[in-house]
Amino acid sequence: MAITTSSPPPVDPGPVTSGAIEASAGNESRAGSESPAGSESPGGSESRAGIVPSQVVPPGRRGRRLRGPRSTGLLPYLLIAPALVLELVVHIVPMILGVWISFVSLTQLTLRRWTEAPFIGFDNYRNGLNPSSAIGQDFFSSLLRTSVYTVIVVSLAWAIGMLAAVLLNRSFHGRAFFRTFFLVPFALPAFVTTIGWSFIFNQQEGALNHVLVENLGVLDSNPFWLLGDNSFVVIVVVGTWRLWPFAFLMLLAALQSVPDDVYEAAALDGATMWRQFRTITLPLIRPTNSVVILVMGLWTFNEFTVPYILFGAQPPEQALLLSNLIYSNSFVNFNFGLGAAMSVLLLLALLAASLVYVRLFLNRGEDSRA
Amino acid sequence: MRETTGFKVFRVVGLTFITLLTAIPLYIILSSSVKPLVDVRGEFSWIPTRVTLSAYSEMWSTIPLARYLANSLLVSVVATVLSLVVATFAAYAVARLPFRGSRAFSMLVLSTQMFPGILFLLPLFLVFVQIQTRLGLQLTGTYTGLIVTYLTFALPFSIWMLVGYFAALPRELEEAALIDGNGPIGALFRVVLPVARPGIVAVGVFAFVTAWGEVLFASVLTDRGTRTLAVGLQAYASQSSVLWNQLMAASVVVSIPVLVGFLFLQRYLVAGLSSGAVK
Repeated sequence: MAITTSSPPPVDPGPVTSGAIEASAGNESRAGSESPAGSESPGGSESRAGIVPSQVVPPGRRGRRLRGPRSTGLLPYLLIAPALVLELVVHIVPMILGVWISFVSLTQLTLRRWTEAPFIGFDNYRNGLNPSSAIGQDFFSSLLRTSVYTVIVVSLAWAIGMLAAVLLNRSFHGRAFFRTFFLVPFALPAFVTTIGWSFIFNQQEGALNHVLVENLGVLDSNPFWLLGDNSFVVIVVVGTWRLWPFAFLMLLAALQSVPDDVYEAAALDGATMWRQFRTITLPLIRPTNSVVILVMGLWTFNEFTVPYILFGAQPPEQALLLSNLIYSNSFVNFNFGLGAAMSVLLLLALLAASLVYVRLFLNRGEDSRA
Repeated sequence: MRETTGFKVFRVVGLTFITLLTAIPLYIILSSSVKPLVDVRGEFSWIPTRVTLSAYSEMWSTIPLARYLANSLLVSVVATVLSLVVATFAAYAVARLPFRGSRAFSMLVLSTQMFPGILFLLPLFLVFVQIQTRLGLQLTGTYTGLIVTYLTFALPFSIWMLVGYFAALPRELEEAALIDGNGPIGALFRVVLPVARPGIVAVGVFAFVTAWGEVLFASVLTDRGTRTLAVGLQAYASQSSVLWNQLMAASVVVSIPVLVGFLFLQRYLVAGLSSGAVK
């Protein structure tokens, strides 16, 4: 049963539950009016009610009583107005402006009178996308590097976060301590922990080389971690170390919302803990899980701080992520038009990846649950 | 609630691993902050041979750290509080009130989450400059500009998460409030907000952490007087050689407000989502 298409237009305030679940998956489709099936199909709400005991009441009756005859009127618009204005001023308008900048020749000479910068069409894009030019090669290798970086960091962060969440899901002596302590890497500002890591990876005075050379003796001389190929390892380590507590925090909250009796029933049936995890936990927390992975992926793909704090405005090639490449094009070489064109390409790549992701995971999660 | 012995062993091993992973970098920062400069300059040592707090007193005069600290606190706290108010209203509308354009609004907010910060850094600066010249409202180099920016940064995620929390709350709670004669706003304040507190606190912590640690925009939107820690701390490294002990000491001090906040709010963060009124 496709809940995705089940929400009717606002006229029928029926399927509160399905609307609610969709909303939590970030995929509201109130406007989609294909079929009001959700409100009329007790099967859907019953199968879900089995999972979430508090939602047993038939959705239709409940919705009608709650809202009355469409009394809300202007209220929703007043409620979203501040958020909308802020998004427009800080996100939308600058983004449109950014797209415009990508079509003009904007350098530090024309910056002061930027509204009069000359229009040069797709030249900036041709520049950035030309695989035979140095700029184009930088762009493509950076795009690939950033993709690899994102996959590795998000996978590692998710795995550690999920492990921690599972270990702390059930009460035991000392749980509160770990629960607090594990949030520390995420709670600390990124620039602080990155500064700490830059000391650890320091060639002469750092702790890592001390361990490798003095304590363990696996290496004869101190390698440079912040140069060459090693610098990619460094940004992966630092990025993962910062990110995993976020996965832990969100996944633990999701695990906590799974009622115990579901597990008890499964345990009575003889299901092992691993099997319970795969067949009960993962499907039940799927909406949260999908959102967490998506958000972490977007953050990581846009990572700027870690290479910037470790290496400054121009990181070594092996640690040059897209944001840092664009930054150095814009604010070191002062070719704002080229930087803007690359940003637009970055955005398009993210957009495409997110759309595919949402189609694949967020929708499928709902279908399989219904 | 039955646990096998295997799971208990698994838990001990797993927790040991994750604890070391978390603790070792923190220990290195902390222990290096209490070493004298000559000791952090030489070969690394796990146990400080000489313990001194000199870095903690000298760091204040190397750079204007107190000023940066105050700036960061002001900007982050105000941005967090405002973003919570804005996000709560918006999320409640999306989660509970049907309106035309609800989906478009959600998608708009959601899509801004994936905007690369780098894309609108320069354009935002240009917009702020235009607002300054047209409306006379000074935004670059001021607290206001940075607060507006950070508050908006927190919005997409906050709204998204709060919609999830609100939508997951049982409708019966609000029905009771509505039957008692409250409007939707009354129901929001009297029933939904108290119950959704764990979610709101978690989102607020997120907003604060985001603002406190933001580097990219702070480097462009602040000036000498409004510079935040994220940008200011770099100054220790721009000395002829890095004053590691002062840098680590400053890192510890900078971390304290966030850690205190986390300890204080901890009980809201994970606990209670499944307990209390939701079940």
